[in-house]
Amino acid sequence: MGLAVTGVATVCIAAGFAFVGGFLTPQRLTQARIIDRFEQLNGIHPGFRRNHAKGVCIAGSFDSNGNGAALSKAVVFQRGSTPVTGRFAVAVGKPFVPDNETEVRSMALSFKLRDGEEWRTGMNDIPVFPVRDAQAFYQQMLATRPDPATGKPDPARMQAFLAAHPETAKALQVIKARPFSTGFANASYNSLDAFRFVNAAGVSTPVRWSMEAVDPFVAETMSGGQPTDVNYLFDDLIARLAKGPVQWRLVATIGTADDATADATVAWPDSRQRVTLGTLTINRIATEQPGNCSDVNFDPLVLPAGIAPSDDPLLSARSATYSNSYRRRAAEAKTPSEVQVPLATKDATP
Amino acid sequence: MTHDRFPAISRILHWLMAAMILAMLFIGIGMVASLTEYHWLLSIHRPLGIAILVLAAIRLVNRLAGRVPALPNDMPPALRFAAQGSHIVLYVLMIAVPLVGWAMLSAARYPVVLYGAFELPPILPQSDLLYTILRDAHTLLALTLFVVFLAHFTAALMHRLVFRDGVFESMASLRSDSRRR
Repeated sequence: MGLAVTGVATVCIAAGFAFVGGFLTPQRLTQARIIDRFEQLNGIHPGFRRNHAKGVCIAGSFDSNGNGAALSKAVVFQRGSTPVTGRFAVAVGKPFVPDNETEVRSMALSFKLRDGEEWRTGMNDIPVFPVRDAQAFYQQMLATRPDPATGKPDPARMQAFLAAHPETAKALQVIKARPFSTGFANASYNSLDAFRFVNAAGVSTPVRWSMEAVDPFVAETMSGGQPTDVNYLFDDLIARLAKGPVQWRLVATIGTADDATADATVAWPDSRQRVTLGTLTINRIATEQPGNCSDVNFDPLVLPAGIAPSDDPLLSARSATYSNSYRRRAAEAKTPSEVQVPLATKDATP
Repeated sequence: MTHDRFPAISRILHWLMAAMILAMLFIGIGMVASLTEYHWLLSIHRPLGIAILVLAAIRLVNRLAGRVPALPNDMPPALRFAAQGSHIVLYVLMIAVPLVGWAMLSAARYPVVLYGAFELPPILPQSDLLYTILRDAHTLLALTLFVVFLAHFTAALMHRLVFRDGVFESMASLRSDSRRR
């Protein structure tokens, strides 16, 4: 009897452990399965990020005007300057993709706060995110996968996905309604996910933030008009920085009780209050390589005190999958980046 | 048959850490397979791991300095060896798993946030190679800890339900003193 009780109790704990670890439910969507799907669609490119694979390192500083201090106790929003390193990339999982085969671009930043804390953020130059959660993201990847026979996504598959996800159909309309800019320097980048600013009094405010280009927006002409140079986006950025620093204004959009924080597919109304928090100045650029931004996982949940996650389920899912991608690429030999910054501008390595 | 008990401080540390470590093992295995639950599990995982590291260090000193009840005289040598060996392994892992966790976050340039603005300093420079070795070691050591915990749990129930030799009671007693009954 004693033996039986002992045996059953031990097996129950072991089974519980296996269940929590997902070993009894192979169909459960995990961070590893999402990264597996990236590898299925893009191939495995050792040493590179599984998404936003082609990029370049940047550095500069953020000058806060102090306006954010009432909203968030984060040291970065007190008046003063914070050093920033970061990365521009195209939102594709292939590190050698020609720039004119890409659309969405990203700006990832790491702020080193005076008190030793760090704030990392990854932003895209689209107004809303196409999907609401990780499950939809995973299905969308399959729906937009090129058909091996035609080399293009199967329209029927995409239609079925959009029928099941009307929020994605709406979000894609919003995304397509606005042209992309001609380059990295004149694009504006959005947090897409909502966060919460928490001030010294403990008051929590829903926000989304944007880095709004100071360089005037110039719309990229539609298909055919793009440059054919495979690295034209990055080369233009290098040339632009050779002329002088590039700036963006960090703007927080303040959500109200009516605004969804858990749904990145829905834009908040234009009438929402917008607070300019300061200016980002980027003045250095360097080839991605070990020792600079290449080593950094721009996990959107590396946050200082004063910035907290919202209830947006994408945030935790992004943090989880990025960590899986980082773990895989850290274990792999590195291949030189397609984007090589000429020596002339390389001196000031970020 | 022994009626000797561990000192109260040893029993308190044991049961407190038993709950923490068991919770930690489930949080750890759960979070790496999670998407939506990942972040809140991780935000418990880090401070709980450091708390275990601190308590394990206190417990090691307590164990080395304190008194340990003798095992029953009639316990077979093989079981005696297994009991003593598994306790050494438990102590090593209670310290090694959180320490490797801290080191691997350092090597990956992740800030080691415990709560709010309170962070631990990195204990290693950034290194993909070190991160890869330590990240794998963290999982392997934690799974070993789970297996040794299961053996420990099974042995404890055996002492209580099958052998009935007082070994279980030496740690499970609620009495404040540690003298013989």
